[in-house]
Order: sequence, then structure tokens, then C-alpha cells
Amino acid sequence: MNADHIVEIEDLHYARGTRPIFSGLNLNIRRGEVTAIMGPSGTGKTTLLRLITGQLVPDRGRIRVDGEWLAGLRRDGLYALRRKIGMLFQNGALLTDLSVYENVAFPLREHYELPERLIRHIVLTKLHAVGLRGAAEMLPTELSGGMARRVALARAMATDPRILIYDEPFVGLDPISMGVIVRLVRRMNDALGISSIVVSHDVQEINTVADSSYLISEGKVAASGSPDELSNAPSELVRQFMHGMADGPVPFHFPAPDYTSQLIGNGEGDDDA
Amino acid sequence: MRDLWEAFTGFLRTFGALQLFLLRLIVESPRVLMRPRLVTQQIFNAGALSLVLIMVCGFFVGAVIGLQGHSNLARFGSEDILGLFSALSLMKELGPVITALLFAGRAGTALASEIGLMRTTDQLSAMEMMAIDPVIRVATPRFLGGAISMPLLTAIFTSVGILGSWVVGVPLLGVDAGAFWSQMQAGVGTADVWEGILKSIVFGLAASLIAVWEGYNAIPTAEGVGRATTRTVVITAVVILVFDFMITAMAISLG
Ligand SMILES: Nc1ncnc2c1ncn2[C@@H]1O[C@H](COP(=O)(O)OP(=O)(O)OP(=O)(O)O)[C@@H](O)[C@H]1O
Ligand SMILES: [Mg+2]
Repeated sequence: MNADHIVEIEDLHYARGTRPIFSGLNLNIRRGEVTAIMGPSGTGKTTLLRLITGQLVPDRGRIRVDGEWLAGLRRDGLYALRRKIGMLFQNGALLTDLSVYENVAFPLREHYELPERLIRHIVLTKLHAVGLRGAAEMLPTELSGGMARRVALARAMATDPRILIYDEPFVGLDPISMGVIVRLVRRMNDALGISSIVVSHDVQEINTVADSSYLISEGKVAASGSPDELSNAPSELVRQFMHGMADGPVPFHFPAPDYTSQLIGNGEGDDDA
Repeated sequence: MRDLWEAFTGFLRTFGALQLFLLRLIVESPRVLMRPRLVTQQIFNAGALSLVLIMVCGFFVGAVIGLQGHSNLARFGSEDILGLFSALSLMKELGPVITALLFAGRAGTALASEIGLMRTTDQLSAMEMMAIDPVIRVATPRFLGGAISMPLLTAIFTSVGILGSWVVGVPLLGVDAGAFWSQMQAGVGTADVWEGILKSIVFGLAASLIAVWEGYNAIPTAEGVGRATTRTVVITAVVILVFDFMITAMAISLG
């Protein structure tokens, strides 16, 4: 056990059906830092977050979060652990029958008996931080995608968690909100002394916030290190990803039958590959 | 043969999982009832959704029984027992059964699609991540809300139905008003009332359980939610009619 590590993943194996997503992934996330997890679309970044938070169970390997092995936890233990974690879902996942205000207040109301004035204070502070105090009375269906994510971010921060997990926080944000959110991620991390995990494709943005990054490809960690180390890495694969090139070791295409034969349509390509 | 066996074991597994789910709903119920607002809101949802529907249908079912009852009873010269006839058929059979079917069509589908959509849009996962158990926060209140509203809705359906048969029988077809009510009072026994109440409780539990289960386990796609809604109606209808037969048989063999 290493007290410096808030998350430790050892030899993780996980498959969806017969298709392996992870095969022997090892990864540590240091306490108090912003750690980026990068990787091509469909490599399993969201899946990894669900494994770390115990929503999915690994086929093999172990995961330790804040000193506790997930495999040894029962539902109560897992829920106690999750109370320390705030998570921003890739699609926001706001509760559609509640207003923006009530969405942010939701975890507070469920977990604590707080006077209404305090709840109001917390909710408005968090909404203000993401620039949406004015949208408090709107319904999630009335928000744009980028606004919904910012509300989800405010909700994830509402209970002042020790670990904040962001799944693609920068997608769908205009440059101004993006700048604000990037600085917010950094400031939350440093001011409150929490640990942050940020999943993103956005190499430029992530380089400005992350202390260290992992690049995941084909079920394993392909590279890791500080943003500078990654940018200058000699590896073909890392260069391809960091500089956005279509050709290279990372296939742009999801595994598929041969393109030509499928287009010609002799039927062979239609079977499950 | 292999397929049949697989279908059979698959069914047993689903049935086992359903029982475990029901058990959890029951175990969590006291805790949820400690926050009565969660439940009253769902009673209001399920009840308000179905109330007008139940009253309109109750009235017309009662009215048709008034018509049918009158024309059939008149052949034996016993129109006087029309009140008794209507009350018994509504209370013991038509009230609980039709209310449950309407409930499944209106409130059950709404429940299943609402929960299914919450699954599809990751709202249930988000709750789990906030350490809030969706079985407690989402499934149990809706299950209880449905189970509590069903007997109430059945009572309303039955009462409005009796009123409907009165409207047809007494002012329109000229059955004696005194006979209509007095025969009813004299003829309906406590056992009859209990049979109706028992049915409405059992049907309410079954209809709510199926709706919540289907929504909770919906495949997280638009199509999956659609399927869950359809299955809610179909499965509830079959289950209600089978249970109806079993309870009636039991009541008759006991009585
Ligand atoms: N419910 C599911 N059932 C089957 N396969 C799934 C399911 N969810 C995800 N997958 C598969 O798992 C793989 C990893 O998915 P995941 O959502 O973790 O990718 P990701 O890295 O987050 O991608 P993106 O950057 O596009 O969000 C994908 O190839 C996907 O096809
Ligand atoms: Mg993802």
C-alpha cells in the first residue's frame, strides 16, 4: 500500500461479452493531484471510471480507492466510499424531474439534515462557480448540452467530495466556459486539497490542468507521465495521439470487416467479425 | 429441446431475481415510509393520472351492467335485485379487475417508461454515484405509491359503477329505488367486501411490482424502454386474470 496513491489498479481485466476492454491494466493516481486519463474514443475510459467507482466489477485484478479494496466492500461500504467521490457523467445525467436548483441540492438533501438557508447558500455558490446561478429555476430539459454538464459539475461538487471524477468535462463548451471550467478544476483541486481524475480527449486543455497523464490504448496503459514528457515521448503511438494523426499504431476504426468487400456487398462482411 | 430448456431456466432465473427485487422493496419500505412525502407524491402521481379515467370507465361499466342486468333479470321478473346484482359483480370482479387493467395501462406504463428513461439517461447510475440507492429513492416509493393507490382507485371505480347502474336502472328503466338499495344492503355480505378488497390489494402489489421491475431492468435504449412499457401492460394483464381466478376459486372453496 502506498499512502500517496488515492487510486491503485493492479492487473485489471475486464471484458464486454467476449471483447476484452482491459487486459492487464496497471495504474496509480496520486493524492492531491489532477490526473488525466486520455485515450481514443471507445478504449474504455468511461468503463474505467465505472470500475473505479464500483459500478462495474472487474473480471480479474484489484482496485483500491482511498485505502480500501473494492472487492472486499459490501453495499454499505461501497456507498460510504462513494460519499467521498463526486462524479461528473459524460452526459450530465441530471434528474429530469427536478429543477437545476433541486438537482444541485439533491445530494445535500438526501445525505444531510441541513437548514434550508444553508442549502440555498451552498447551491447558489456552486451554481455561481459554474456561471449558472441565473438558471437555477430552469428544468434540465431547457438547458443546452454544455449548460447541463456545468450543472452536473456543480452537483458533483455540492457535497465537497475528496475525489472528483470528470468524464469529458470540456466537451460542448465554448472557449470562455472552457477556460473557466479548466481553471475551476485546477482551483478546486488545489484550494480544497482533493484529488481529481479527468477523462478527456482534449490534449491541449488537459495539458494545462493535469499534473500527470495516462494514455490508455488497447486495454493497457500505453504511456504515462507529465504533459511535457508525453508530448516529447519517442513512442509512435503517443505522438500520434498527442498530435492528432489518423495514421499510426492506434487504429482510427473500430474493428470491422474488410471495407472493400463489405462495400461490394458479397455478404461475407455482414457476419459478426 | 435445448432451447426450451434454456427458456425454462431463463424464466426461473428472472423469476428468482424478481422475487429478490420484491424482497428488497419490502425490506426498504419502512425506511421509505419514514419519508412520507416521497410516497404521497407517488400516490398523487399514480392516482391523479388514473382518477378521471377510472371514474369515466367505472360509470359506463356500471351503466352497462345496469342495462344487461335489467334485461336479463326482467325475464325472471326479478328486476328488484338489480342493485344487489350490480354491487356484487362490481365489487367482487369488475371493480378490481378493470381498475387493475386500467391502472396498468395508465399508471403502470408511465412508471415503467419513467424509470426506464432514468436508466437510459444514466440518472440511476448518477444516484448510485451520489451514494443514493435508487431502489430506495426511486423504485420503492413508486412501488408503494402504486400499491396504495390501487385499492383506493378500486373503491372509487366500484362506487361510481354502482352509481352508473343506478342511473340506468332506477330513473331510466324504472326499477324501484327502495328495492335497489335495500336488496343491495341485505344481500352483500362482509365476505364479499373482503374478497374485493383482497383482490384490489393483490392486484395493486402485482401491477406496481411489474411496472417498477420492467422499468428498472429496461434495456437502456429508446427501443428497450418501449419494450418495457409494452411488457408492463401485457404481463400485468395476464397475471391479474390468473390471480383473479385463483383468488375467486379460493374464496368459493372457503365460503
Ligand atoms: N453497455 C455496454 N454493453 C456492451 N459494450 C459496451 C457497453 N458500454 C460500453 N461498451 C463498449 O465498451 C467499450 C468502451 O466504452 P467506453 O464508454 O468506456 O469508451 P470511452 O473510452 O469512454 O469512449 P468515449 O471517449 O467515446 O466516451 C466501447 O467499445 C463500447 O463498445
Ligand atoms: Mg466515455
